[in-house]
Amino acid sequence: MNVQRPLGMRPTDIEDPQFFHKIVDCQWACPTHTPVPEYIRLIAQRRYTEAYLINWYSNVFPGVLGRTCDRPCEPACRRGRVEDKPVAICRLKRVAADNADSIDAYMPEIPAEKNGKRVVCVGGGPASLTVARDLLPLGYHVTVIERDKQSGGMMRSQIPSFRLPDRVLDEEVDRILDMGVEHRVGESVSSMKALLDEEYDAVFVGTGAPRGRDIDVPGRKEAAANIHVGIEWLMSVSFDHLDAVGKRVIVLGGGNTAMDCCRTAKRIGGEDVKVIVRSPRETMKASPWEIEDAEGEDVDIWNNHVPLEFVHEDGRLTGMRFEKVRAEYDADGKRSLVPTGEEPVLVPCDDVLVAIGQDNAFPWIERDIGIDFNRWDLPDVDPVTMQSNNKRIFFGGDAAFGPENIIRAVSHGHHAAISIDLYCQGKDLTDRPPPQHNLISQKMGMHQWSYHNSVSEVDRHIVPHAEKGIALKDLHLEVELGFDEQLGFDEAMRCLNCDVQTVFTGPKCIECDACVDICPVDCLNFIANGEEQDLRERVRVPATNTEQDLYVSDGLPTGRVMVKDEDLCLHCGLCAERCPTNAWDMQKFTYIEAQARDTWRP
Amino acid sequence: MSYIRKPAFQHPNLPKNEIGLTRRDYEGAMSTLCAGCGHDSVSAAIIEACYALGVEPHRLAKLSGIGCSSKTPTYFLSKSHGFNSVHGRMPSIATGASMANTGLKYIGVSGDGDSASIGLGQFAHAIRRQVNMLYIIENNGTYGLTKGQFSATNDRASVGRKGQKNQFDPIDICSLAIQLGASFVARGFSGDKAQLVPLIESGMAHEGFALIDVVSPCVTFNNHLGSTKSFDFVREHNNAVMATDFVPAREQIHAEYDKGEAVDVQLHDDCTIRLRKLDDDYDPTDRASALKYLADHHDRGEVVTGLLHVDTGIENLRDKAQLVDQPLNELVERDLVPSQALLDEVNQRRRW
Ligand SMILES: Cc1cc2nc3c(=O)[nH]c(=O)nc-3n(C[C@H](O)[C@H](O)[C@H](O)COP(=O)(O)OP(=O)(O)OC[C@H]3O[C@@H](n4cnc5c(N)ncnc54)[C@H](O)[C@@H]3O)c2cc1C
Ligand SMILES: Cc1ncc(C[n+]2csc(CCOP(=O)(O)OP(=O)(O)O)c2C)c(N)n1
Ligand code: SF4
Ligand code: SF4
Ligand code: SF4
Ligand SMILES: [Mg+2]
Repeated sequence: MNVQRPLGMRPTDIEDPQFFHKIVDCQWACPTHTPVPEYIRLIAQRRYTEAYLINWYSNVFPGVLGRTCDRPCEPACRRGRVEDKPVAICRLKRVAADNADSIDAYMPEIPAEKNGKRVVCVGGGPASLTVARDLLPLGYHVTVIERDKQSGGMMRSQIPSFRLPDRVLDEEVDRILDMGVEHRVGESVSSMKALLDEEYDAVFVGTGAPRGRDIDVPGRKEAAANIHVGIEWLMSVSFDHLDAVGKRVIVLGGGNTAMDCCRTAKRIGGEDVKVIVRSPRETMKASPWEIEDAEGEDVDIWNNHVPLEFVHEDGRLTGMRFEKVRAEYDADGKRSLVPTGEEPVLVPCDDVLVAIGQDNAFPWIERDIGIDFNRWDLPDVDPVTMQSNNKRIFFGGDAAFGPENIIRAVSHGHHAAISIDLYCQGKDLTDRPPPQHNLISQKMGMHQWSYHNSVSEVDRHIVPHAEKGIALKDLHLEVELGFDEQLGFDEAMRCLNCDVQTVFTGPKCIECDACVDICPVDCLNFIANGEEQDLRERVRVPATNTEQDLYVSDGLPTGRVMVKDEDLCLHCGLCAERCPTNAWDMQKFTYIEAQARDTWRP
Repeated sequence: MSYIRKPAFQHPNLPKNEIGLTRRDYEGAMSTLCAGCGHDSVSAAIIEACYALGVEPHRLAKLSGIGCSSKTPTYFLSKSHGFNSVHGRMPSIATGASMANTGLKYIGVSGDGDSASIGLGQFAHAIRRQVNMLYIIENNGTYGLTKGQFSATNDRASVGRKGQKNQFDPIDICSLAIQLGASFVARGFSGDKAQLVPLIESGMAHEGFALIDVVSPCVTFNNHLGSTKSFDFVREHNNAVMATDFVPAREQIHAEYDKGEAVDVQLHDDCTIRLRKLDDDYDPTDRASALKYLADHHDRGEVVTGLLHVDTGIENLRDKAQLVDQPLNELVERDLVPSQALLDEVNQRRRW
């Protein structure tokens, strides 16, 4: 029988920038692909202004995001696979923002002579502001129309100031407005048709997802005076229309809005504040750190309680009744909440805050102007170009695909700006600018590198908080104090420098095994080639994390190939230090996501 | 030399052996040898073998002389006992230790200079006496530590790094050991762990004197074109005559094999060495023919590797000396001083 050995995997194409980009787990996971390890190194060198600029280029609101970002980078961080906890990336961003000097001198130049094209952004949230920032340096005339008195969107109206102080938000919003935005505040756009008549070259819709979901159980109407829709209530508090709440407060819902509601209530008169959630704790939508902070402020969280009715007396809310349930999963893993059969629970209360979700609403967009709406009443938007079926109209942020978060809104803004620029210049929107990237050796001496390759083994540092007694008395006092310089440095040292890549040059390798022997996490192998699954099983420790790639070399003189499982590499450079022939080299991979015709770079 | 410590982080899925240790628990300090030195691979192979055998680190002693090779015990099994002796004198320390404390396993690590030059006399007598130990020579044909002089194992045809000619014929360590009656003689190559690790496992399980001559290239002084101890030369001229598998006691029941091909050598403790001949002309049990084969193939420029000779019937030093099973340092006064009755009886016998 003629058994043919499989040819096996093709050598990895490291010329494709996405191969190394994917290894920089945090940058890959960041919607705007912020070069995280690069700015963390700068923080460790106390070069805060440069660290801030790198952030500002990518994510536009480093001071805001250093406090409030949803941080998709952190669950992705390699450190979380190597040990328990990821690097505190988000809090390090704040260290850069807190310590940076003025960046005015480094701002992109705004051409005095405009290019003749006019763009309007509806809504002054992070998505619209990003579009403005990207297009102004190219000579566009940009108008932002905002319903409220100030721009900032939900960063201003929803995120409480004890998480995000006004001065931080103002600084970063004003920086963009000062680039020459025509700012029309206090004006609500009530007709897209009318707006189109103003003959802008392009329209960007960044109006968010402004409608809070209500609850429909008996008693809702009767007790309406003390039942509030969460995001409307938060907005009233933000805009000083409301400064008190009853002593006993129930917050319905398990997401981040619920967490902001309960913590705000605690500060304006709520004493006994409970968050009551239908589902089990594991499936709560709120970020773990938001739940932790709420509980730290003595908020009770009850799970598995489904609202039955509002209880009221003489038109006044007195409490709420709940049915106890437990989660059961069928064979397909579909969850249902099954009543336990216990007596319903009556929870007395003075006010209820309903924080059970948000929806989009476009009452002001006529349905006959060429934008298609899908069955959830969301506009049809191309996820790459952000263009709607009306080629002149673009969407981004929560308005595009439903409520998400600030960093996603910024990412949409960048994509939309690229598209609007191409559109206004009469170019093909699918011919998008490529990312910039390069690889540079970090070798400085025999065993010296221009990055700190020794791996810190300390645990993640905890951000200090203002003393609870004081914090709960002041709605505007920022709770998190942030890392000081020393803590920031210590935390920065936990970063594994995943952008400093191990680059293999097969023809130099003498197959001495030194790199295999030294590698602390058993990444490296010299084995016979095979198909990917086969290789994944045959490496020193099976490569079970298929989200991480294998790096495979060309055939070596013994007929084997080098196979590296990228999953847990510490980027410690020891392979390169122990290699007698420099077949391994540590090279810094820089990856800069494209923005609208870059005229400026940090 | 690396300036950083090897990070303590390890692969979370790293398997554990029967005593609950991972491979990394058998490591030592960070090596200070030249990057790529063959000796570091031998250390890695020893780590692998000790891990696979489930050796308890405190039941093992590492002994060495002087040389780059003799430095290596620092780089593995940091939780084991160790003795770094003077140049060429490791065999006498090993002899004493192995007699005094039969409760430990002994690994001696030496170099071709340490054992075939200054220490040749002691080396020969350790074999002749059948000291209970595994003796590993990391053979690079040069005095690495003193900057690359020809050693006594360097082949006549092998030129120095600057083209210097070698005037003397080499000592072939394996042939010498077979002649002197060693009961376990193998040759490995630092660049082939698949072959080396089972040899080390077998050598450690063997009761008696086990020698493994490991060709271990010196990347700094003897890895050039024209050297017969370079990675390239050994890879091109490697003649593996025996494939060796080590089958530990716990796997005996599952071990399947094709009887026609494999020969099993039973060790104590129910461990087995499973040998498969790769060259039909080779007989590892017949000393005379093995010696001839080695000489013939050396003349052809080949490096013969594998388990070259094994004889489990030879009496080892502990047997010869009729040692008590207990380590000597555990013997208490009662064990050592005869009772009055016994003394009286002995004295009585001496009276006439
Ligand atoms: C309570 C709460 C807490 C949150 N916390 C966080 C957090 O910690 N981190 C995070 O990343 N995200 C958070 N989010 C989500 C985040 O705020 C949004 O995803 C983000 O602000 C969306 O940005 P955007 O630009 O799409 O729109 P928005 O920020 O929603 O801004 C839209 C703007 O458009 C204006 N507008 C709407 N319609 C019109 C109109 N017709 N004419 C004129 N102007 C109009 C609105 O007044 C508003 O200012 C939170 C959301 C809520 C509700
Ligand atoms: C009594 C004595 N003589 C000479 C030396 C010098 N010396 C140190 S190491 C060495 C040779 C080591 O060669 P080898 O055993 O092959 O080790 P390698 O460095 O090649 O691994 C010599 C001659 C010494 N240390 N002590
Ligand atoms: S840098 Fe090299 S030695 Fe360090 S973990 Fe990665 S592959 Fe292993
Ligand atoms: S240390 Fe260098 S030469 Fe040796 S096997 Fe690794 S890559 Fe190849
Ligand atoms: S001199 Fe040779 S033997 Fe010594 S450490 Fe360097 S490569 Fe190894
Ligand atoms: Mg030597």
